[in-house]
Amino acid sequence: MNVKKILNSFIAIAMSIGLVAPATSMAAGVPESDKPIKFMTADWTSIGLQAEIMSLILRTSGYNTKLVVADDSGRYPGFEAGDLHVSMETWQTTQLNNLKKSVATGKVLDMGETGLKGVEDWWYPMYMKERCPGLPDWKALKKCGELFATADTAPKGRYVGGPVSWGDHDENLIKALDLPFEVIHPGTDAAMFAELKAAYDRKAPVILWVWEPHWVGSVYDGEFVKFPKFEAGCFDDASWGPNPNMTGDCGKPYGWIKKMAWAGGEKVWPCAYEMIRKYDMSNAQINKMLIEVDLNGRSNEEVATEWLKNNKDIWKPWTTCAG
Amino acid sequence: MSLALRIDNLPHIARSSVKCVVAVVAMALITNLGPGWLSTIPDWLMFPVSDIVGDSLTWFAREATIGGIAVQEITRGFAGLIDKPIEAAVVVLADGLFKGRGLDVTQSVPPLSWLALGGAAIIVAHRFGGSALALTTSICVAFLVSFGLWQNAMITLSNVLVSVILATLLGLVLGIWSFRSTHVENVTRGIMNVMQTVPIFAYLIPTLLLFGYGPSAALVATVAYALPPMVHNTVLALKSVPAETIECGRMTGCTQRQLLWQVQLPTALGKIAVGLNQSIMMTLNMVIIASMIGAGGLGFDVLKALRKLDIGGGLEAGMGIVALAIILDRTSQAIAKRAAHGKHREPGQWPIWKVVGLWLVIATGIAYIFEPAQAWPKDYVISTAVFWNDLVTWINIEWFDVLDAFRTFALLEVMRPFRDALAAAPWSMMIGLLAIGAYALGGARLAIYCVALALAIVMTGYWGPAMNSLYLILISVTLAVIMGFPVGFWLASRPQLQTAANLTLDTLQTLPTLVYLLPAVMLFRIGDVSAVIAVTLYATAPAIRYAMIGMSQVPVARLEAAQISGCTRWQTLRWIRFPAALPTLLVGVNQTIMMAFSMLIIAALVGTKDLGQEILIALNRSLVGQGIVAGLCVACLALIADALLKAGAARAVTHRHKKED
Repeated sequence: MNVKKILNSFIAIAMSIGLVAPATSMAAGVPESDKPIKFMTADWTSIGLQAEIMSLILRTSGYNTKLVVADDSGRYPGFEAGDLHVSMETWQTTQLNNLKKSVATGKVLDMGETGLKGVEDWWYPMYMKERCPGLPDWKALKKCGELFATADTAPKGRYVGGPVSWGDHDENLIKALDLPFEVIHPGTDAAMFAELKAAYDRKAPVILWVWEPHWVGSVYDGEFVKFPKFEAGCFDDASWGPNPNMTGDCGKPYGWIKKMAWAGGEKVWPCAYEMIRKYDMSNAQINKMLIEVDLNGRSNEEVATEWLKNNKDIWKPWTTCAG
Repeated sequence: MSLALRIDNLPHIARSSVKCVVAVVAMALITNLGPGWLSTIPDWLMFPVSDIVGDSLTWFAREATIGGIAVQEITRGFAGLIDKPIEAAVVVLADGLFKGRGLDVTQSVPPLSWLALGGAAIIVAHRFGGSALALTTSICVAFLVSFGLWQNAMITLSNVLVSVILATLLGLVLGIWSFRSTHVENVTRGIMNVMQTVPIFAYLIPTLLLFGYGPSAALVATVAYALPPMVHNTVLALKSVPAETIECGRMTGCTQRQLLWQVQLPTALGKIAVGLNQSIMMTLNMVIIASMIGAGGLGFDVLKALRKLDIGGGLEAGMGIVALAIILDRTSQAIAKRAAHGKHREPGQWPIWKVVGLWLVIATGIAYIFEPAQAWPKDYVISTAVFWNDLVTWINIEWFDVLDAFRTFALLEVMRPFRDALAAAPWSMMIGLLAIGAYALGGARLAIYCVALALAIVMTGYWGPAMNSLYLILISVTLAVIMGFPVGFWLASRPQLQTAANLTLDTLQTLPTLVYLLPAVMLFRIGDVSAVIAVTLYATAPAIRYAMIGMSQVPVARLEAAQISGCTRWQTLRWIRFPAALPTLLVGVNQTIMMAFSMLIIAALVGTKDLGQEILIALNRSLVGQGIVAGLCVACLALIADALLKAGAARAVTHRHKKED
């Protein structure tokens, strides 16, 4: 027994150094290449989870994949250079213009919608609704600045925004709608939700940037502020919206979450790209999985594997090109 | 004696303070009443440094070719090459091998079991450090296994091992080269000094550009960070080889190469090992940051736990890093000590590799038969996370009002006014005062050096954020020194507590700051107060350490003299102990400042508005130039502080000698 074990360990070491080539081959020309398809993952859960699901589907079909950490807004040079190959999430809410610009270079492909809808906006716990009458309409906030104020922002309200690198939409919004609020930027999303948790446990006033799909919505009872609904005119046409003199007087765009990919990969893994294009998910399914990961502490891999095992009828049809 | 010192000292202090006040008032008058460009930085003094640096680096990484081969190809090839040893180490230590892919995956060969590796660590510890070290190592191993952290700890260990080996080899080569040529030494020393003070995030961006995303970029950045102490210590070690030993080698007819390999390096081994130990610790400090850009392991566990606000889980994973650090640090120190003494194994003892090898075989056999020895059963995993989470919630609910009142006071009455004063102070006044201070401490050369560094910050356009960094650093360092020095003084006279104290300090320095940053945010909200608390906690450790060392070093004869002349305890402290320890204390302040600077980037995660934040933004948006230049600005500030304090320490020494004469 021992000897076999030791022999195996030696083979393991030899193989990892590259002395013995792993002998795996697949039928029907799939995978077209054993080069790893690099999936982007980032600092929020759903992108990692969806990357894991897609990656598992591809691996089951014989492809080699890798998950690589990148930043939401910082990803584009990586995709254009071919360092990153697939992202399962590109949100209309914050990445609309970035994606457009990157696709225009011809080096990046828009791989279609994931079927998920993203919401990102100001969010408050339900108990604040009584204290600031008129919510969720944004006009109620005009009178509630002091309610949300802390010593350092008083008399203005304290609004906990996202990290600076997520953009200055909120600053523009406050200016354009003349809201009595000040944006506080953390350096990471974990700090935002630490403030939310601390305030929620004490039933203290708090208003912050929340997005969905996200676990916060399933743990804390609250809702989004209803700002004037985004239309294309809001960002370019000053006369649009409640403030006739300024752009940016609307909530963040509510809408699609798209897949994107490195254009060069189309030639390397055509069938894999086809599968990625066919990938289709829903908020309800992802939310269920997010609770498993974020609240019950299970790993992305475990939850994704379980989904794949229980939903073969959903994902098998996406893989027809692999035979 | 005490009387003489007092008369000598008091007017001196009074005189210096009067000089300081005069200088400040005069500078304030000149810069505020003078032409406008003295108070607001004029355009002609600013250069688009970031753009130039960014463009040239992007060009270098994307377009440049060397001998017809694109630089990009070379660096990517290199990245692919160094991925291999990491992958190999992960297979052997953490993951094993798999058959099939996706849903059809099955384990074909398991990794080395915790029993095998943990036991090997204990055997090595016992051989080099005796039963005390073996016990410490056993506790650490038991913690990692029973808390279910083993597998991820081994992934971290794989990364740490590969980067330490690379840093050691590269460090040895650079060190030997520098030792042989003074020219090279001057160049490497300058580069290493800057490299140590530039925050790691700043060179992550070019690393990502050159080496692509993933573990190899993390590895390159880690090696760059861990390299300076290795180079530095190699040079020091080689210089300390006695001339007689080298002569002896020459006389026996050694060639240059034989002299190096058979005489100099073996003699210097003990001191080189100190550098190795430093490199290991620096590498472990990088674990969290490396996991942000794609190295998994314990660092990623910490991030993942904290992202769900599982503070207890984050703390446990963080303590896992500490446990790993303690094993590696204590064992490597023990080996270094052994190497320095040239002590070999006792007669009849097996060589260590044979013992470890035999154990690995036996333990692998056991693990094959007895499953829990391979992977610790999930049902037996201990966790204390719930307790810590409840504790934080309890403090939040019961104590928030008190803490918030404290926060409001600190922010509005102390921090804001200080920040605003620094921001409002004309740049020319700050530089003028710096010049005067540097001149008083170390003469014209020091003044020119400091002013040149400060002007470099002005030119990049980062003066505003730099002042914000300065304000965070000054407040944190002041707090760290006020809290740390008395504790250190107190510990100095209690040798029985020092082992425990050292262990606590090591924990404080290797526990990822993020672990206590988030509870700070929950209790003190996003912003500067939380940032200052985190930086202060981290920077207090060196303050305590150096205060302890400084105070223990006071010559006994002098203390006895004080006792004979009837000094009270306080008088002894003020007039004997303190002056004698002053040079060491100043080095301690210097270290505290350096630690505080290295924390700026972590502080930025809770929303500061300083250079750290600029670097974080640059990293997130892949702004190569901005990131590097903001990082260099941090280095400039740190180098100024370093130079001033070293000059101060040198003066304190000469001052003391003069008095003694």
